[in-house]
Amino acid sequence: MTIFREATLAKCGVDCYFSPTMNLFANKRVEYVLTELGQIALLTRDVLASALTFKVAWRDLLYQIYFIGVKSQTVVLVTGAFTGMVLGAQTYFQFHKVKMDTATLAVVSVSMCSELGPVLTALMVAGRVGAAIAAEIGTMRVTEQIDALRTLATHPIDYLVVPRLIAAQIALPLLTVESVVVGIGAGYLVGVHILGIEPVYLWTNMLHFTHDVDLMMGLIKAFIYGGIIALIGCYKGLTCGLGAEGVGRATTEAVVYSSITILIANFFLTLLMGKIVGQL
Amino acid sequence: MIEARNLQKSYGAQKILDGVSFRIMNGESVVIIGRSGGGKSVLLKHLIGLLKPDSGEVLIDGENIELMNERQLLRIRRNFGMVFQGAALFDSMTVAENVAFGLRRHEHLTEVEISKRVAETLEMVDLPGTEDKNPAELSGGMRKRVGLARAIIYEPKIVLYDEPTTGLDPIVSDSIDKLIIRVRDTLKVTSIVVTHDMRSARRVGNRVMMLHEKKLYANATPQEFFASQDPIVRQFVDGIADP
Repeated sequence: MTIFREATLAKCGVDCYFSPTMNLFANKRVEYVLTELGQIALLTRDVLASALTFKVAWRDLLYQIYFIGVKSQTVVLVTGAFTGMVLGAQTYFQFHKVKMDTATLAVVSVSMCSELGPVLTALMVAGRVGAAIAAEIGTMRVTEQIDALRTLATHPIDYLVVPRLIAAQIALPLLTVESVVVGIGAGYLVGVHILGIEPVYLWTNMLHFTHDVDLMMGLIKAFIYGGIIALIGCYKGLTCGLGAEGVGRATTEAVVYSSITILIANFFLTLLMGKIVGQL
Repeated sequence: MIEARNLQKSYGAQKILDGVSFRIMNGESVVIIGRSGGGKSVLLKHLIGLLKPDSGEVLIDGENIELMNERQLLRIRRNFGMVFQGAALFDSMTVAENVAFGLRRHEHLTEVEISKRVAETLEMVDLPGTEDKNPAELSGGMRKRVGLARAIIYEPKIVLYDEPTTGLDPIVSDSIDKLIIRVRDTLKVTSIVVTHDMRSARRVGNRVMMLHEKKLYANATPQEFFASQDPIVRQFVDGIADP
């Protein structure tokens, strides 16, 4: 890190657009971001090592699946339904101009399966669960409960992180399927009952243009986003500052960082999987 | 045996421990006293590997725990129980679940056996019948007793107490002191008690160690310590503020 900082300062000394104060701020910011990324990478390594050797506590895992999966259903279903409805309506308005009304549900279906379903589900879960994970673990840290775990010969990663990670990676694909089904159903209802599209053609075109691979892409993405939400939430909780302010900041950062990471990862995953699928 | 060798610890520019060394033999009951913010709790956390020193080492039965990573330390920590200043009970669990935590994680017992052990341990800390309560429903003294029950249920060899009577009224403090003595005598454990309660220090310790100015200033039996005419010791024991 020191070498990196010196190199950056040397470069700025030659061709510098910022004042020394801004330089220092920028360097500190870069150092902070790189340190965080490094620490998350180390946490990921520890979690994988633990998950591969650790006998999962089924009770904890089931509770986390209930908390992350079952209790997130309402928000995910409402999001999926209204996204399917608005997407159906907007697609119809555009397709109607070129007499392609019956392709409306196909667009809704492919979009929901491969993009909107997993991304919106993940964003909703990041807001609800990522924040809760960071707040719970952060509070445990400031009240010495994590130290208490350690004195009871229990590794915090085994007990706190691994069950949440596995639960999120199980729950997110299931929630995504729910969101996709409800989104397509809601799009169908809007198309048939409000916009007056012929139902048989609408449904047939949807089946014709939606492929297994679209849903597979969505499920793979959901699995990865589950990992992102749990890891960032746990990391922010485990490293939160002391006091109520520290917990509050950790909670906010968990949601913001998870959401941004999901959106950025989605772009690269779409490119990568598109490339792979294109070559198959 | 617990041995600390030349422990040094700083937070930023502030030095907390500066070359602290001592030995605690099995079965001893040692009280660590010193002024607030003087590094007593930091020292205690070094003994169980919750904190790493900047230099120096801690040996538990001859094993240097500074060379161990967090996962290797878990084996060493099975010999320890620790009672925290704020009890540090898991607030998402009931009293019974808190107390049974160590048993469930590390011993293969049936639910009936676990319930029996929990009831026995709660009886020992004078809290029978509180199994189904939540930590939020308990008073400060009760929380510390539950913390003690959680620490001793798997019969560790060493129990660490971080200011067990701080914030409690004199009667509850007295009962906690009696409990520490009862646990020491019944389970034959090594006890290390961090406190600045002089009455407690007189009663529960076979030996008193005093931290002063980041160093181990005194290490004596309670009789010798409380009879000492050393001005620093007297000032602390008599509770006289700096002029």
